[in-house]
Amino acid sequence: MQHSFAYFLDQLINGLTLGSIYGLIAIGYTMVYGIIGMINFAHGEIFMIGAFISIISFLLLGAAGVTWIPLALFIVLIVAMLLTSVYGWTLERVAYRRLRRSPRLAALITAIGMSIFLQNYVQLLQSARNKPMQPIISGGIEVLQQEDYIVSLSYMQMIIMVLTVVLMVIFSQMIARTPLGRAQRACEQDRDMAALIGVNVDRTISLTFVVGAALASVAGMMFLLYYGVIDFFIGFLAGIKAFTAAVLGGIGSLPGAMLGGLLIGLIEAFWSGYFTVEYKDVAAFSILVLVLIFRPTGLLGKPDIEKV
Amino acid sequence: MSAVDVLPVDFADEIPGGGTELLTVEHLTMRFGGLVAIDDVSFRAANERITAIIGPNGAGKTTVFNCLTGFYKPTVGRLSLHHPKGDVLLERLEGFRTSQSAGVARTFQNIRLFPRMTVLENLIVAQHNKLMRASGYTVFGLFGMKRYRDAEAAAIELARYWLDRTGLVEKADWDAGNLPYGDQRRLEIARAMCTEPVLLCLDEPAAGLNPRESHELNRLLIYVRDEHRIGVLLIEHDMSVVMEISDHIVVLDYGRKISDGTPEQVREDPAVIRAYLGEPEEIEEHVREALKQDDRGGDTTGEGG
Amino acid sequence: MTAVAEPGIRLRRLDVPAVLKEAGLTALVIFALTFGLVGFETLDVPGGIDINTRFGDVAAAVAFGFVGRIALILLREHRPLPVLALAPLAAAIMLMLLLSETLFGPETGAVLKAFIPFHDPIVLWSLAIVAVFFSIRAALAVRDMSSGLSLEEREERVDRLGARVQRGARLLGPVLLACALVFPFTPFADRQMLDIAISVLTYVMLGWGLNIVVGLAGLLDLGYVAFYAVGAYSFALLATNLDVSFWVALPFAGAMAATAGVLLGFPVLRLRGDYLAIVTLGFGEMIRIILLNWYTFTGGPDGISGIPRPSFFGLADFARNANHGLTFHEMFGIDYASSQRIIFMFYVILAMAMVVNLFTMRIRRLPIGRAWEALREDEIACRSLGINPRNTKLTAFGIGAMFAGFAGSFFASRLGFISPESFTFIESAVILAIVVLGGFGSQIGVVVAAILLIGLPEIFRELQQYRMLAFGMAMVLIMLWRPRGLLAYREPTIRLGGDRKAGS
Repeated sequence: MQHSFAYFLDQLINGLTLGSIYGLIAIGYTMVYGIIGMINFAHGEIFMIGAFISIISFLLLGAAGVTWIPLALFIVLIVAMLLTSVYGWTLERVAYRRLRRSPRLAALITAIGMSIFLQNYVQLLQSARNKPMQPIISGGIEVLQQEDYIVSLSYMQMIIMVLTVVLMVIFSQMIARTPLGRAQRACEQDRDMAALIGVNVDRTISLTFVVGAALASVAGMMFLLYYGVIDFFIGFLAGIKAFTAAVLGGIGSLPGAMLGGLLIGLIEAFWSGYFTVEYKDVAAFSILVLVLIFRPTGLLGKPDIEKV
Repeated sequence: MSAVDVLPVDFADEIPGGGTELLTVEHLTMRFGGLVAIDDVSFRAANERITAIIGPNGAGKTTVFNCLTGFYKPTVGRLSLHHPKGDVLLERLEGFRTSQSAGVARTFQNIRLFPRMTVLENLIVAQHNKLMRASGYTVFGLFGMKRYRDAEAAAIELARYWLDRTGLVEKADWDAGNLPYGDQRRLEIARAMCTEPVLLCLDEPAAGLNPRESHELNRLLIYVRDEHRIGVLLIEHDMSVVMEISDHIVVLDYGRKISDGTPEQVREDPAVIRAYLGEPEEIEEHVREALKQDDRGGDTTGEGG
Repeated sequence: MTAVAEPGIRLRRLDVPAVLKEAGLTALVIFALTFGLVGFETLDVPGGIDINTRFGDVAAAVAFGFVGRIALILLREHRPLPVLALAPLAAAIMLMLLLSETLFGPETGAVLKAFIPFHDPIVLWSLAIVAVFFSIRAALAVRDMSSGLSLEEREERVDRLGARVQRGARLLGPVLLACALVFPFTPFADRQMLDIAISVLTYVMLGWGLNIVVGLAGLLDLGYVAFYAVGAYSFALLATNLDVSFWVALPFAGAMAATAGVLLGFPVLRLRGDYLAIVTLGFGEMIRIILLNWYTFTGGPDGISGIPRPSFFGLADFARNANHGLTFHEMFGIDYASSQRIIFMFYVILAMAMVVNLFTMRIRRLPIGRAWEALREDEIACRSLGINPRNTKLTAFGIGAMFAGFAGSFFASRLGFISPESFTFIESAVILAIVVLGGFGSQIGVVVAAILLIGLPEIFRELQQYRMLAFGMAMVLIMLWRPRGLLAYREPTIRLGGDRKAGS
């Protein structure tokens, strides 16, 4: 069974789906690291908040009688992106802005503090229990059948992958073409110089956080729809893996983040499928260590020369 | 390319400025990806002499230092240090060993002190390896044994000596980060000297110093050369320092050596003038006169602060 | 509004519409933040989830945001008087509502309590504290403005106050030690308090151990709990499988932990700052996952139980009747008391913690300690001085890990049972917070922080659920206010002008 192509395909599909979710979160990490040089430790919690806002929105829409699924999805998507972005914006404004010129350790401690705060904030407000939701989108198409094993591609998986691709295209264009994207790249290179030539650095950084949060919230919604259950702690593990993905792909590179996400998703799916499921997280952490030792700039990143 | 593949350079017999050979740099090339920072540079530096490396910005001077002191691995080149205890190939040494085993000390373009440690502590840290051995790799030290206490007292004495030489005794217990700029530069030199090196590499030691401080720096470096009898390698832009105290000057431009000789030779070298000032025809007469003026020692320096 | 003028500060005309706009924006942001997660509550009902609304909380949060922002603006614009007038009043009203039952008796009290807009009184408590904070800020601003001192003179006063606090802090060390020594014999050292004290001291020891890695060597270790776990499990396995006593197993546990420290330190040598933090966090989690899943060796989620308690230095047991050998009370000719063991444990952890402390103070004055600090300050400069960064870092990791291993053994022995649940990332975060909040490299700071972060929540058991929330908030606030930590002060290890002993 395990050696059949069908099984392999199944894991592949699972991995790509999972990887898309990780990739969307990873983009937030990589953009923030690129522009202010810090790991936004609380970004995983932003993802989690996106998931919670999504579930609440779905329940409200259900109670309000909105049953046409595409409409519900659209509304929840917009609502989640909007409200979660506010969290992202507030995070930067309240916790990180003041510490931009402080030693990195202070910023990291603050980030960890915010992560703990947000986790417990949601836990206290929404209780520590799992929150399950009835599957909204079910069914799929059958892709392959080998002996008795059926590989199916669910509609949910298709939506996730398509939505991810669409978002990637939109945001890549945004970075490449728009003034915001240019401002962002300028700030990444040299913040002080960018300010001197008239770039509104504060606003650029805020918008970076907002965009990252929006993408993470989409990931949160997808996670909710795909797995059907969330809790206040999903941000921690997803956050670390998404950060691993960002590093793997090359910190500071948007396509790298998505590539890294897909790779991590695939590694996790294949590890669970072919070895053991208990140690799949160990696999992810090990990847992080190996990448940082042997290729710290990641797959698509630019090499860094030490300035003495 | 290993040192074996580097062809020996056929230098002239005398090093400009005289002296015995301390450092031999042969075919040094440093490439960063597609960028060639240093292109086949060869020169010698003598013991008990001050050798200056000058050149326009971006010429590759600090890169040479980084290759000599173990921060970069040269793409090609043989860097031989003729240490009293035997020759050392610097390009083979792991980063920190250039100080530990080869006795090469350096200062940095952007001062790198230990800002939250005191001036005295900075100098004690410089004597780390000596003290580590004396403390039995910490074990003797933990038990307060006499051998370590004596070694620490000797270290303090050496530190005090250099504090004296650099005029920092009163500020010995200040945090190094609180020192005024000029004092920080001198502290960095004092710290380098506390490692008891055979070759002292200084990266723009006069940057940001006023004329009086530059003059004191000159005196300090001459003292180091004459009393401690080591070689001094100097990257500098301040011509009042370079021309006044150098015995030997090497000029780099765009990663290549364009001149190598005594100060008098270098000053007249058209290649140098061109690199710094453009074509000779374009240089104003009064500037050319001014270049010659600097040689007559100390007229423009040493004014009261 | 009239305002007290001050030399050197020109008052701008208060642009009321702009102030309202700024406050309005704050209110809007708070609305957006709270509407989703506060406004709606997901309730777990059989068969799924139901939704409950808490719009009152949202409205109150928005209102407080609006008012609070105005107060901040007023203080910023040097017009503290309105704040001074209203903030204490607000605080008083809130406290009155919260304590209405004690103040006015149960019936009136219950009626008044219904006025609290929040579903949880803790929120009102927090707001009351904020109102008090505003009152203090306003009072200070008024005093500053009417004191006639210039800005420089005021800064100087604050600096001098700070210096006096630093000097006082140095005295605090011996005082606290003396208190700790006599503590078990004081009247309020009952079983519960002793337990809390032992917990605090365990974290103090962990904090001092981590201080070597983070405070001295500047290596950001977010996985310190891994070494704590290695020490605990090493001791537990030795004790339960080979019947090794606590005192004999202690060095082994330390050695195992130190080895783990060096092994885990090796891959991360070239990493800096944030990357180092994340990777060490990953290592911590990996160790926990391995402990959780390697059932045959570590007992998996069931953990290891039946770990023996420490004896009196291997000579006597702390039991009423000994299985073999002497009992403690027999040895000293006194009656058996169950508190004897716990008091012994208290002194054991106190002694172990003091060993770490004294070690740290001593090693700072030795070359390796100074090398750690120099490495923290500037690694490149260290290399240029011939210091081997790899060995220096590994030594820091190893020694820090060893102390965590000792603490882990003590922990296992004290509880008699360990499981992977005790060794989560949150523990690492707590220990790191203790080190950072106390002030990097400050020994006394670690003690103060441990008392605040571990002791207080234990004492106020009812507020247990808010502990982590307040914890996270405290980390953020302290970093914003004092990025160097509360008691950050570095005592030089050596002076030219007379060699005074290095303090804590």
